[in-house]
Amino acid sequence: MEKSTLFLLILLASTLAYLRNTWRARTLAETSGQKLHSLPGFYGYYTALWCALPGLLLLLLWLLGEGSLLTTGALARLPQSLLDGAAPEQIQLLVNDIKSVAQGSFEGQIDPAIQVAADRFSELTLWSRILLTVLSMTASLSGLLFAQSRINTDFRARNQVETVVRIFLIGCALTAIFTTIGIVLSVLIESIRFFNMVPITDFLFGLKWSPQIAMRADQAGSSGAFGVIPLLTGTLLISMVALLVAVPIGLLAAIYLSEYASPNFRAIAKPLIEILAGIPTVVYGFFAALVVAPFLRNMGAEIGLEISSESALAAGLVMGIMIIPFVSSLSDDFINAVPQSLRDGAYALGATQSETIRQVVIPAALPGIVGGILLAASRAIGETMIVVMAAGLSANLTLNPLAAVTTVTTQIVTLLVGDQEFDSPKTLAAFALGLILFILTLCLNIMALRIVRKYREQYE
Amino acid sequence: MSDQNPRGHTLDIVMAGLSKRRNAEKRFRFFGLASIVVGLVFLLVLFISIIGNGYSAFTYSNVALDITFDPAVIDPEGQRNPAALAAADYDTLWKASLLKLFPQVTERQEKRALNAFMGFSADKRLKDMVAEDPTLIGTTKTVWLPVDDTVDLLFKGKLGNEEELNERNQHYQHWIKTLKDQDRIHSSFNREFFTNGDSREPEAAGIWGAVVGSAFTLLITIGLSLPIGIAAAIYLEEFAPRNRWTDLIEVNINNLAAVPSIVFGLLGLAVFINFFGLPRSSPLVGGLVLTLMTLPVIIIAGRSALKSVPPSVREAALGIGASPVQMVFDHVLPLALPGILTGAIIGTARALGESAPLLMIGMVAFIVDIPKTFTSAATVLPVQIYLWADSPERAFNERTSAAIMVLLAFLILMNGFAVYLRRRYERRW
Repeated sequence: MEKSTLFLLILLASTLAYLRNTWRARTLAETSGQKLHSLPGFYGYYTALWCALPGLLLLLLWLLGEGSLLTTGALARLPQSLLDGAAPEQIQLLVNDIKSVAQGSFEGQIDPAIQVAADRFSELTLWSRILLTVLSMTASLSGLLFAQSRINTDFRARNQVETVVRIFLIGCALTAIFTTIGIVLSVLIESIRFFNMVPITDFLFGLKWSPQIAMRADQAGSSGAFGVIPLLTGTLLISMVALLVAVPIGLLAAIYLSEYASPNFRAIAKPLIEILAGIPTVVYGFFAALVVAPFLRNMGAEIGLEISSESALAAGLVMGIMIIPFVSSLSDDFINAVPQSLRDGAYALGATQSETIRQVVIPAALPGIVGGILLAASRAIGETMIVVMAAGLSANLTLNPLAAVTTVTTQIVTLLVGDQEFDSPKTLAAFALGLILFILTLCLNIMALRIVRKYREQYE
Repeated sequence: MSDQNPRGHTLDIVMAGLSKRRNAEKRFRFFGLASIVVGLVFLLVLFISIIGNGYSAFTYSNVALDITFDPAVIDPEGQRNPAALAAADYDTLWKASLLKLFPQVTERQEKRALNAFMGFSADKRLKDMVAEDPTLIGTTKTVWLPVDDTVDLLFKGKLGNEEELNERNQHYQHWIKTLKDQDRIHSSFNREFFTNGDSREPEAAGIWGAVVGSAFTLLITIGLSLPIGIAAAIYLEEFAPRNRWTDLIEVNINNLAAVPSIVFGLLGLAVFINFFGLPRSSPLVGGLVLTLMTLPVIIIAGRSALKSVPPSVREAALGIGASPVQMVFDHVLPLALPGILTGAIIGTARALGESAPLLMIGMVAFIVDIPKTFTSAATVLPVQIYLWADSPERAFNERTSAAIMVLLAFLILMNGFAVYLRRRYERRW
């Protein structure tokens, strides 16, 4: 049976188990005249869980382990001469061939040795499928029977079901931790492999980035072409431009909205500004490449400035527009959180509204605003599509916003999109860049979150 | 008067500075308003340039040609054999018909331009007509056929720069004018754009494949992130003891919400594809990656929705004998659900517009077929936009904008629904 059919079958069986045992528990109470410990539905849930969980658990085990067992079995049928001294990639190619022959989708001349292995593969697949069907059916059925045998009026079905529910809830809450562990491990392991090929000092302090050169076999790992400094300066340059656009506009907009605007104006303008945050970044990227970059270049030509069509200015400007709402809505929150008594105090001393805002409200809200700006900066550093589409690929070490620069995220994308060998330093470099990016944004985020949290506590 | 403040009355000092201060006040106010206006102007320019650039992709130009279904060309053997009919060269038919319309074209350069006047699917259109009705052979019929994409752009007036008006395009413009005078050319709704998959030919490229891919990916995302996110929010808000572990989980969630999306793509590549061996470019892997990205958003929204349910509801439920689990699932959750769903929809909308992590897991491949399952190779709408934006053909430019309009329409719909949900069901306690 197919795994999806099996899955649906198990679900169906457990639904039936629920219905049948809810009804059974109810009649049991009626016939015996005793009160049930739990509501009848809980007996249904209890049996349904015992019916579904064992079968689904087996299914999960199969999904995780079946593939590697099958290929090991099939590879065992290949002549030893083919496997001896073969690199992992070659074995992977063989496995792909075996699989496509087994599915009948292989085109071209079939090697008899591969054919043998493919036959073995199909045979094993069949057996595995039969075994899974029998095992999971048995497991589900015996679970069901066991659960049914335990049902009587004194049985604490609700407590049992609630324990399972609680375990499920805890498991879901833990996904956040597992995700973080997953990110750290996946990025770290590949980075360590990369640092075995390229010395970590070359990577961190190198002033030259050109991974293409390192593609040549005689240069792999020995060249200084993996220096991350130009990428970092490029990233910081573009983020700087973005923040220079977003912080004043966002902050002033937040001040106006929270202090001056009438409720009606606020109700319209605030959502409109927030639309800017909801527009997909790929749209901004297209906008930057289609409208902003040519506009800046033409304007530069008018006044005699040479602006590259992939300038940091264009990408940074558009990114700045994107993060205006991040700055403005967070600042808005914090400005609103400043107690009215502080404002009233300032007014009582004769300060005008703008003086109150500049000298009382903003200093009081400053920690929160700084936190918001740090979050916006982290967003700008990690932003990908705008820079992929509007910034350049050449790693120039410059602070001139009119020149083309490249960023960490752009390089990750260019290194990983397209054909890739998984062991080349070129591919692994992307993970090392990912590590840098993760650490950088992590520091900013934690700093920002800590400031924001402390600030919130201050006025709540 | 000697005991007076040498600089005059306090009131005088205040009065003297007053106009300056009032001006400063006005300036400050003006700057605030100006920055809102600047933000809105950016928004407006963005929408106008996208719409202005893309609306024309929803129509495509067709030309009415008097096609003679010459048996000598399509069925030289005269046996009406379907295989022979399918293999015939139908381009010859429209070329002949066009030449009849423009008999003055004799020069080689001009003739070559004329032979590229119609789109590449004109051939297929004619083939399908004959396959459906073989009695057409030998007759003459007026048929509307799609033009080449450059001709289409010229007809819509999309090419106007000096450099774009090369010699060939000037010929085209001349012929288009003639055809217009004869009422033989018009633009009609571009159905192919909505029903086709991707293509190297702008004329045949459509968004349907990407839309289906997006739908598959989002199904996985919603199916996983909604239950897991709600469960996690319930645990953290209702059951979790306050200790270092729950603190750690909280910090984690808040941090994950701000981790760059491309890092999630790296995770997907290393874990789902290289470690678990799931198929590259598949909506399954895309959905899993987007699930991990959306989860923090849903958890945070879910927690604040649960927090807004007043404690009296909980106490009342517990007071009449509900267990904590029953209290949460039967009383608190239904009240918090609209708020949770609003957050979930906004999170999903963000996932729909996300493209960077999907580039990492290979959803950028050029895929013509409409995806059929969760594991077949697919692409999604934002990535399709990225791919088209990179294409050099001029006609892809307007298609990119049109695809963006479709994407934005979906996003506006989703966010509008979220706003409606909030307005309709939001309760103030």
